[in-house]
Amino acid sequence: MEKRSNGRYCVAFAVLAVLLMLFTVWNINAGSVELSVKEILDIIFCRTGEETAINIVWEIRMPRILAVIILGGALSVSGFLLQTFFGNPIAGPFVLGISSGAKLIVSFVMIYLLEKSMVAGSGVLILAAFAGSMISMGFVLLISKQVKSMSILVISGIMIGYICSAVTDFVITFADDSNIVNLHNWSMGSFSGMSWENVKIMSVVILVTLVLTFLMSKPISAYQLGEAYAQNMGVNIRLFRIALILLSSILSACVTAFAGPISFVGIAVPHLAKNLLATSKPILVIPACFLGGAVFCLGCDLIARTVFAPTELSISSVTAVFGAPVVIYIMIRRQRQV
Amino acid sequence: MNDYFVYTDKMTVGYDGKPLIRDIEIRLKRGQILTLIGPNGAGKSTILKSITKQLSLIGGAVYLDRELMHHMSGKEVAKKLAVVMTGRMHTELMTCEDIVSTGRYPYTGRLGILSDTDRQKVYSAMELVHALELKDKDFTAISDGQRQRVLLARAICQEPEVIVLDEPTSFLDIRHKLELLGILKNMVLEKNLAVIMSLHELDLAQKISDIVVCVHGDTIERFGTPEEIFTNEYIHTLYGMTSGSYNADFGCLEMARPQGEPQIFVIGGNGRGIPVYRKLQRQGIPFAAGVLHENDVDYAVAKFLACRVITEQSFEPIGEDALQEAKKVLAQCQKVVCCVKTFAAMNKKNEELLEEAQKRGLEVFFT
Repeated sequence: MEKRSNGRYCVAFAVLAVLLMLFTVWNINAGSVELSVKEILDIIFCRTGEETAINIVWEIRMPRILAVIILGGALSVSGFLLQTFFGNPIAGPFVLGISSGAKLIVSFVMIYLLEKSMVAGSGVLILAAFAGSMISMGFVLLISKQVKSMSILVISGIMIGYICSAVTDFVITFADDSNIVNLHNWSMGSFSGMSWENVKIMSVVILVTLVLTFLMSKPISAYQLGEAYAQNMGVNIRLFRIALILLSSILSACVTAFAGPISFVGIAVPHLAKNLLATSKPILVIPACFLGGAVFCLGCDLIARTVFAPTELSISSVTAVFGAPVVIYIMIRRQRQV
Repeated sequence: MNDYFVYTDKMTVGYDGKPLIRDIEIRLKRGQILTLIGPNGAGKSTILKSITKQLSLIGGAVYLDRELMHHMSGKEVAKKLAVVMTGRMHTELMTCEDIVSTGRYPYTGRLGILSDTDRQKVYSAMELVHALELKDKDFTAISDGQRQRVLLARAICQEPEVIVLDEPTSFLDIRHKLELLGILKNMVLEKNLAVIMSLHELDLAQKISDIVVCVHGDTIERFGTPEEIFTNEYIHTLYGMTSGSYNADFGCLEMARPQGEPQIFVIGGNGRGIPVYRKLQRQGIPFAAGVLHENDVDYAVAKFLACRVITEQSFEPIGEDALQEAKKVLAQCQKVVCCVKTFAAMNKKNEELLEEAQKRGLEVFFT
């Protein structure tokens, strides 16, 4: 048995790794300027080739791809943490209104700084998004203390999300600046316009958070049996819950700060990852979630970028098409079990 | 106090700072099973949650192996005390082996990776509860009885010295109840463990427990051996029973006796009367039973179901007084059921009673 499941884990990770590479190459290749594989290899490894092609690959496509990988991975891990925390398979940063809370505060900060003709730096955006996430999270936690029903919790989260989005739209509509177009794109969710600077900051923040999350996989596995058992196994429940909230909020805040709110990835990917591995052991699921999230978002971004080129779709529209059916499937299956 | 492995000193428990049960004194040695009984909502679970540190105490202290439990770290407690909680768990894609493995938590490293020794302990714990063949099954796909056994295995491989179980038999059918408690009893004897649990089944509580604690109102009403606790009167008060009764001899429950003047006289003895008593009770017909020796098994049931019981002292032949009394009651009845096949030295007078009935022209049935 042990050997058989180990085999399955290896295959699963191999599949994810291959998909990740495939989508990465595809993403570098695809776009308004078609490049052959040889040209791309030359550009990446020898930095030789046409000036514009080098620029497109190095300054536009590469940072964007890296951002998609890092943020997509972070988003799914964040979803996995929230599902563990609430014991609810359809919890995630988007449905619980956490992304929208982050979006609200980030757009406030952006507009405020734009009016003073300053551009918000990555660090400021992350902090603003984190503050917004924590505010939404605070409301969700208050509600979760009152109601035990998972569907009511999710509905409340969606409502919080709507309120935040409404206020954000309101603010954006009445702010006047030429940059508002960008802001509008961002508020719908988009990976466009990533710079190397952005990538550097997000990778530091997210990688540190992910390592911490991975180190928590043991208490998370205990918590999967419920609070009482986790406590009996020696987990400090209070600290653990705080850590889980902070880690998941940092991850989703980072995503929102750079790419705006992205729907359903946080629910769909952890679910797919668990089923691919046929286990919910956090020590395996956390890395698989990261890889899966990266693959999922690369695929979705590819579609968003290319299907109606040169017009770019908002990334959330694409993730919703693939993610929402998974969520519906999870709900139906759970209903059957009860 | 030093002999006791689990010891509470004036423990007061409750929720949100509001005391629910005060001054709880629980004393338990290794190799003993302590059972909490009491009506629903009396606070049995609250007490168990407080002992396992899931709820903070409102007053007093819990000592575990002579150490003040609130000074012990979570990990130290985990190595001495394991729990099996009530209520269904919602797990996802976890095999039974995964569930049991979590019991090794206090012994594994930072990432919780099991060593070969750990895995061996997981398997032997599963073997102990006869659940090894379930190891690759999904935890949600097995029966309630199997699930309880797997959770018990989880607790066992935590290598505790005390196991706390909250209503472990709740969802189980009788076969699985007996299996589970049997495993528990063996473990206590073999591994010299201490067990604290709550049970709803009084009959089983009476048979498995070394110490019984009765939770009633805002106190521990009684604390003692099953022999001290399980009496008809006390169980009646503990549960505030309004109908029927608790039969301490058999540890079973009896429905309320039919009310009214006796219509049927049942001549019983030697256990042959019991089915007739039960049938009459079911049909709601008030009846008299006699003449029964006080050590006859029929008497143990008749005293709860019959509206009149005429008795004779144990080991004495039925005397004239009892016979006369029985005849008086018989005179008021319309029918007689005779369950006795043989009349010998001790119950000679019952034969006279039967003749009296025939003489009076009462309808007599034999069983």
